[in-house]
Amino acid sequence: MPISSSCADRSPGDSALTSFEAAAPACGGAALPELANVRWRTRADERGLRRAGRLWTLSTAAHAVPFVLAAVVLAAASPILLPFAVLCLVHAWGIPELYAARGARVAKPAGGARGRPERVALGLLGDLVDHRARDLHGRTRLMLEPGRLGVWLVGEAGALLVRPGGRRVHCYCVKATDPSLPPSDRLAHLLLALRTDEIGFATVANLAFSGASWRVRRRVARPAREALAVAVRDARGL
Amino acid sequence: MSRLIRMDRSGHTTVAEWTAEDPASTEEAVAAFRAELDQGYFALVSHGAGSAEQVHELPLDADLVILRRPIAGG
Repeated sequence: MPISSSCADRSPGDSALTSFEAAAPACGGAALPELANVRWRTRADERGLRRAGRLWTLSTAAHAVPFVLAAVVLAAASPILLPFAVLCLVHAWGIPELYAARGARVAKPAGGARGRPERVALGLLGDLVDHRARDLHGRTRLMLEPGRLGVWLVGEAGALLVRPGGRRVHCYCVKATDPSLPPSDRLAHLLLALRTDEIGFATVANLAFSGASWRVRRRVARPAREALAVAVRDARGL
Repeated sequence: MSRLIRMDRSGHTTVAEWTAEDPASTEEAVAAFRAELDQGYFALVSHGAGSAEQVHELPLDADLVILRRPIAGG
């Protein structure tokens, strides 16, 4: 895949090295302190996100096109090879779907107790957002948060970024490091980090998938589809 | 009454409460704030949708200061 989702794939000697000190958010606020742990990463920006999107599209095509061509050649060669041609087409369709499924996993609710601590955490989370976002979270467990890079849907173990226009979604794998936190506190951690430094947040998080919103929509759970539809609608207006 | 809260396994815990008119409560809150930062927490003040500010000193005029743990790419 074009974008590494593993810290191990990059080194401090990477030519795209960006210093933590130079990584202050554009709005002039403090940079996310977690950037110190990923000093070798290029700070996310509009151009970088567009490039990442294009690379994912290219990668998807590179996976699918050879199988489609093989299917055409096999089907043209002999009718007896038709089953193999169909198998090639299934591969061409299936591989991008597997990547989309990996991306959609970031919207899955995290496990954890849903008892009193979760109710307390939910109360705090509710105080941090407006009525619309609170309502949507109540139904979908995803928090809608408009940003400069697009419209975010923040979950308990990751975030989806719907880019302006609503056609592309970036799926980020990112989480609170304390596993003992109740689910809503995990979400609050991500939400507050996002609000502190959106660009820093997109830099710290690992990009699990970038692709068409329809492709992600098919792979997320039913409640998350509603949240994604709302985010896509909002993103179309950006 | 301003509050310093820490997100933890209980949902959240109120670490300190203070009013600007009460120097004793302010001093206690500042000490508690520093102790939490020493434990590795980050402190921030949410300004509503889309904006939060990381703070390194206790903002005495804030209504609510929240302590959070670090996040990391999964």
